[in-house]
Amino acid sequence: MTQCSDPVALALWHPIAAIEDIPADGKQKTQLLGEVLHYRKMDDTRVSVHHGDRKLPVTLAYGYVWTCLGTPERDLFDLPEYAESDRRNVCAATVGVNVSAPRAVENFLDMGHFPFVHTGILGAEPHTEVREYQVNVDTERDEILATECLFYQPQAAAGSSGGVMSDYIYRVPHPYCAVLYKSCPTDESRLDVIALFLQSVDEENIRAHALVSVIDTQSSDLDIRMFQQNIFSQDKPILENQLPKRLPLDPRAETPIRADKSAIAYRRWLRTKGLQYGVLAAAA
Amino acid sequence: MIILYDYELSGNCYKVRLLLSMLNVSYEKKAIEFYPAAEHKTDAFLSINALGQLPVIQTGDLTINDSHAILVYLARQYDKSDTWFPISDPVRLAQVTQWMCFADSLTSSASSARLVNGFFYDLDGEACRQEAHRLFRIFDEHLWFNEREDHLWVVPGKTPTIADLACFAYVVLSEEGGISRMDYPAIRRWTDRVKRLAGFVVMPGVFPAGPGPVHVLPANDTFPSAGTAEA
Ligand SMILES: N[C@@H](CCC(=O)N[C@@H](CS)C(=O)NCC(=O)O)C(=O)O
Ligand SMILES: [Fe+2]
Repeated sequence: MTQCSDPVALALWHPIAAIEDIPADGKQKTQLLGEVLHYRKMDDTRVSVHHGDRKLPVTLAYGYVWTCLGTPERDLFDLPEYAESDRRNVCAATVGVNVSAPRAVENFLDMGHFPFVHTGILGAEPHTEVREYQVNVDTERDEILATECLFYQPQAAAGSSGGVMSDYIYRVPHPYCAVLYKSCPTDESRLDVIALFLQSVDEENIRAHALVSVIDTQSSDLDIRMFQQNIFSQDKPILENQLPKRLPLDPRAETPIRADKSAIAYRRWLRTKGLQYGVLAAAA
Repeated sequence: MIILYDYELSGNCYKVRLLLSMLNVSYEKKAIEFYPAAEHKTDAFLSINALGQLPVIQTGDLTINDSHAILVYLARQYDKSDTWFPISDPVRLAQVTQWMCFADSLTSSASSARLVNGFFYDLDGEACRQEAHRLFRIFDEHLWFNEREDHLWVVPGKTPTIADLACFAYVVLSEEGGISRMDYPAIRRWTDRVKRLAGFVVMPGVFPAGPGPVHVLPANDTFPSAGTAEA
């Protein structure tokens, strides 16, 4: 296993497990950036993470345990919706995928695949058009924002009862995390939140964790979890067949079609950051 | 009404969903979250199947666990054409049984490799893959010799049997365990044929066949659904 020498990736907070999935006792094992980590639940509000003998910094946020193999450069990004009292926050899935984290972020941002990969759920033919949308980099918060995304969806969420035009907003607040906000099927004035938190097991393997934060008084936690797990499992074979497994950052790899607009912004943003782990660097 | 205790991502549950759909039997799914909740190891589920395994079906007072036992039951109960489980032919019946046992060895190899990659089981993934490739080579050769005799299915004969469905699930999901089917052309042709059977359904990770004819079997497409079969 090659050691991670990318200072950008080493300084990031990385998710390793849903807090609720950690057994009450016993040492658990996982892998991050090619390194074996052990973690343990001390009580409901404390989790310790070790790399060999070294105790690592821990943040518990959004239902997940986050840690850092180097020195964290900044706090974990904000997700203020998580604290809204009427939301259902469900740690909905943890799925292993043989792909790099940036590939998975890019797939998450791409509405174009909905009708073909999530047929009958997040999209359906002939409604395949990705309409013009806006992409901006918020320099102050250092994140990418894609707005005014509109897409026809037969079953937009676990609590849906029919097809709708869904509004989407995407945020990429972290090189390996993305958050989407979409029309809430049960309350027009609110937005449902689905966050993708990627754990880079190594450069070409991830554990994809999902937080679902919705306004939905009807669906059970299990309904919400199974809905999200099915969606993720549909993406899995698509992601595992992408080559190369790392995301190419060479500008010449970009193709100017509209669905790719956010992908182009994302690749550029990663280039600017100088991120190396999970990508193929642009030729100098 | 048949209740299927089901996990959408389970290949063993998928075998049962396939036959239910192909025989046009209506049923109700009860989702049991295998990963990460491990709901199949809870007391509530252990009281349904002490083995703590999916799938299980219940109908009336009857509870059956084990995917292959369920396939046998469903075929006998709902397949009026008597082709899916050919009891009147001792040789084919033995072959069906043999290949269902083979399918169980796929559960402990190809399926286990998938559990390591996708569900973080602490098993020896490389050993599972090696064993799966050994089995795939045997299976590919078997299907190849069958094809030379114009037999399109796992057990020689005109129609598919429950052995096809039993073998199909973990063969078609093998890539998720890092087991490529590139070197097994007869297996690839056979999975494509299974996908063209009338009533075929997908699961996450399984794609429908490309454009082409649907293979309609004699008299299994108009069966009464579960509730009315005895009427
Ligand atoms: N022989 C059984 C095996 C079933 C099996 O392995 N089921 C898996 C899900 S696909 C399971 O529940 N495993 C839990 C365990 O074996 O503890 C069958 O074919 O139904
Ligand atoms: Fe997707």
